[in-house]
Amino acid sequence: MIGLGLTRGFLVTLRNFVRSPVTIQYPDRHVGLFGAAKEAGMNPFRFLVGRPGDSIKAIAGLATVPVKLEQSPRFRGNEFVFFEDRCTACASCAKYCPLGIIEIVSVPGKIDALEGESYKLEVFDIDIGRCMFCGLCVEACPYDALHMGTGFEQSTYVRDELILTLDVLNAAEKKPSSFYRPQFEENAFDPFAETIENHYDAGRHERPSDEDMKKRWVDERWTNDD
Amino acid sequence: MAIKTQPVTVNLGPQHPSTHGVFRLRVMFDGEEIVDVEPIFGYLHRGSEKLAEERTYTQIITLTDRMDYVSSMLNNQAYMLAVEKLAGIEPTPRGVWLRMIASELQRIASHLVATGFLLQDLGALGTPLIYAMRERENILDLFEMLCGARITTSYLRPGGVFMDAPKEFWPALDRELVDIVNTLDELEKYLSGNEIVFSRTKGTAVLPPEMLINASITGPMLRASGVDWDLRHRNPYDYYDRIQFKRILHTASDNYARYWVRIQEARESVVIIRQCVEQIEPGEVRPSFDEVPHLIRPPKGDAYVAIESSKGELGFYLVSDGGIAPYRMHVRAPSLINLTLLREMLIGGLFGDLFVSFGSIDLNMGEVDR
Ligand code: SF4
Ligand code: SF4
Repeated sequence: MIGLGLTRGFLVTLRNFVRSPVTIQYPDRHVGLFGAAKEAGMNPFRFLVGRPGDSIKAIAGLATVPVKLEQSPRFRGNEFVFFEDRCTACASCAKYCPLGIIEIVSVPGKIDALEGESYKLEVFDIDIGRCMFCGLCVEACPYDALHMGTGFEQSTYVRDELILTLDVLNAAEKKPSSFYRPQFEENAFDPFAETIENHYDAGRHERPSDEDMKKRWVDERWTNDD
Repeated sequence: MAIKTQPVTVNLGPQHPSTHGVFRLRVMFDGEEIVDVEPIFGYLHRGSEKLAEERTYTQIITLTDRMDYVSSMLNNQAYMLAVEKLAGIEPTPRGVWLRMIASELQRIASHLVATGFLLQDLGALGTPLIYAMRERENILDLFEMLCGARITTSYLRPGGVFMDAPKEFWPALDRELVDIVNTLDELEKYLSGNEIVFSRTKGTAVLPPEMLINASITGPMLRASGVDWDLRHRNPYDYYDRIQFKRILHTASDNYARYWVRIQEARESVVIIRQCVEQIEPGEVRPSFDEVPHLIRPPKGDAYVAIESSKGELGFYLVSDGGIAPYRMHVRAPSLINLTLLREMLIGGLFGDLFVSFGSIDLNMGEVDR
């Protein structure tokens, strides 16, 4: 019958018309008085009396609160988390990058009786203006020094600011994604709530004790070489 | 008295919302009727095949993501199968099941996009497209759980996938499969009995099966003409031989048949995923680095592997000279080959059907130009 198909179609539209939206407002969400009071941690009445200016704004529909996006912990964001203390300057990451945008310059560094010889990083630049966030560098890093980050709001006005230097990487917040890092998933690490302060926590192995290290690197080392 | 008309040439694209990318059509109209069509493409050429010649086999996976960017998992799968054949790598069972689940999810997502945009081209401004995209978003959320990215997935590695699915993936997948069926039901209720869809799509751009076979067209376009050709069934790769699924065929070979085949195939993909989830077993997801190192050097030789992508037969041809990068890579892109019958489809049709017919091919310009 003519019109039956159309009616059925419009019924679907009608059902979706009253459905709550799946889209979200980003980066800020408009809130009314109740939302603004909740954000401020007060009850609405107290908010109305205590902060009349904000209340009028909220009633007029001008108050906004920031929105947090739902992301998976494995999210490959537009940033990197780097632990300089874990890095041996092996440059696996630089070799593995399809675009060759990681620049590493290293010099022989201190010789530590416990940890052996080490290289010191002089330059560690990632040009994220050209990066495609494929994560292959993170996959290649054998010492869990480089991790994907979970943030993604990295836009700048100047192209040069997109080059992540050693200082920028060291100063950045340590919220690594669990991309290719099963140890974070096992520990149920939540990059959106926690940060990793100590670089020992970022590795896939337990930290050996000082005695073990001494045994491995000082005592056994000389006997093995003989 | 017939009204005398003069042929007019109109240039559509390259920047046109209905061309699904940067594609240009020079069309000559006589009144409402199309008398000549000249497709011009190559605006999105990024030289992926050439770039592949100086990248290692694992690095190329990132290039394949960007070929057909609405079905990157399927591209990953086709490429990895070619690498595995070339290097003689035995994939791990769990890795294979995981990549089958991922690629079937991607097939659903791709068919939803195709259907949504087809209806958009029909004049259903926005609404069905948004319904389809809403469901696709949820599938992309699942990809984010699996591999951390939504479009440029790079999930597969030689011999499997790079990481096992997280714990929260499986319940989310179960919920999602139910939702997908609901969305497809909704789309069908909305459209399959709709008179406007019927009158606009039935009997337009009919292509006889012989012509499709001669032009080596594959995928839903071919199956909509009644030719039973699905590589998952004809030449099972991965573990498709352990899976029972219906082959979706339609005989009308018009725009409606192509739309219908896509919707039904998305339903079959749900059935396939359910069987994969039943059969998947715990284990390693990729061979150890002793067996398959980061840097693989396949022996001299070549390999061609084709899979049934969402658009048709997607094949990767790799030639190795024994080095760390392929000597040559060639992609049999279904979108490009499905485009060959564009003139036959459009000439003689009406102006209003131009983009409907064009959309029913389900092109992806990233794949056409590569
Ligand atoms: S994420 Fe990919 S492109 Fe970016 S630096 Fe790492 S390997 Fe290179
Ligand atoms: S970040 Fe990792 S791969 Fe890169 S140089 Fe440091 S230790 Fe090596």
